[in-house]
Amino acid sequence: MTEDSFKKTDSIPLKVRLKAPESSGSCCCQSDKILMKYSPGASWVTGSLSTAAGPVQKVSVKLQPSDIWGSVRMRFGFDRDNYRIEPGIYCVGEPDSSSPVLVTANYKMTFDSLRMELDGLNAWILVLDTKGINVWCAAGKGTFGTNELIDRISKVKLATIVTHRDIILPQLGASGVSAYTVTRQTGFRVNYGPVRAADLKEYIRNGMKADAGMREVRFNILDRLVLTPNELVSSVKPFLIILGILFLLNMTGIGHFGTVDLYALAGTIFIGTVLTPVLLPFIPGRAFSFKGWLMGMLWSAGVLLMNGFPQAPAFGWLTAAAYMLVLPAVSAYLALNFTGCSTYTSFSGVKREMELSLPPILISAAIGVVLLFTGMLLK
Amino acid sequence: MKHKYLRNVATLELDFEKCTGCGKCSEVCPHGVFSIVEHKAVIGNKDACMECGACSLNCPFSALSVKPGVGCAAAIIKGMLTGTEPECGCSGSSGSGCCS
Repeated sequence: MTEDSFKKTDSIPLKVRLKAPESSGSCCCQSDKILMKYSPGASWVTGSLSTAAGPVQKVSVKLQPSDIWGSVRMRFGFDRDNYRIEPGIYCVGEPDSSSPVLVTANYKMTFDSLRMELDGLNAWILVLDTKGINVWCAAGKGTFGTNELIDRISKVKLATIVTHRDIILPQLGASGVSAYTVTRQTGFRVNYGPVRAADLKEYIRNGMKADAGMREVRFNILDRLVLTPNELVSSVKPFLIILGILFLLNMTGIGHFGTVDLYALAGTIFIGTVLTPVLLPFIPGRAFSFKGWLMGMLWSAGVLLMNGFPQAPAFGWLTAAAYMLVLPAVSAYLALNFTGCSTYTSFSGVKREMELSLPPILISAAIGVVLLFTGMLLK
Repeated sequence: MKHKYLRNVATLELDFEKCTGCGKCSEVCPHGVFSIVEHKAVIGNKDACMECGACSLNCPFSALSVKPGVGCAAAIIKGMLTGTEPECGCSGSSGSGCCS
């Protein structure tokens, strides 16, 4: 790899959206039809390196405002199914045939979080087609998997690009990849690297050895906080539907919903989707729904206090009881949904939690709704 | 602060006879469930298991078994409603509208 072989490629439009005429909706299960195709003209591609297996795109290790803006959009859940790059081989720095090979997913945010940690490193990046899903979730689905890895190694002719036979996979890809099968079929030895890309350089420096800290997945307050906007955004639609129903009930004269109902519900949604996830380990209990329920109880007590309870109540005790039953049920359910975002809940655990919590949640909400209407009728 | 989820639910099993103590399980486990004691794997903290399936998939001696699945309520609800295996429908979070 000499300087001469490094040439800038012509710029081609940033993204080409290939949409088959029959494609309906944007389901990630059929997402082959809709593909955001990043070309060599993409802002994060800095050039091309010619190799025995053909030209390899060289990518920047610095994130640009457009990359960060893209991540922000993803965090809020906009067009998440289409934030992907083309699978294949890329590189950073000036790698040669002895440089390490890092394997990752084709979700653009995953790819970005990897390359931003590679400053000063010469390495190859093998991007698997995970349908725009991050490594861990894709491993769970099997797309960051044994077969895709074996196919991709042969498609990019990795054996002609490097002379060694080691590839580094993110540890969280292990639930989709059978390392010994890959080795048996391709000759490449799978080395499970650290959980976090930030530890990669140290891992490579240590001769591909990860210490216990590098191996353990964390879920700290910041990890949880960045996941909450998407939870909040996803609950906006059901919230608006409920508001629409309440409005219609008011119009027909059946309902007498007011500002208290509005902020009580809005606050509950915030508690279930943002506050409970953020405070997760600090809230007593093990089950997510219990944590959410507890927070909802505190909030409904707060709502009552704000409305003059217990001395000068602004509404009847029936309505108060209804709040105490409905609001915690809603926040418990929303908190239960955060299990999917967490890094430590098991299928058996969530199933058990649901068996235990869904019946009381539904009963509590149902009785609460009945009380709410009874309260209105008695008014 | 350490996260703790429900106790006594994980389906993780280790076949002591088949285990050679190669240590692959402790390498791939994201929650430090395993340790290697006297050339054999030991399940130290079974309640920390999140059933990701990495250990059983990477055990060259098929000594580990676990029913892998997603610990995601939204996926399980969807699975119950559609009668299919619960599958994570999105990039790790619920209700993104993907596949629903």
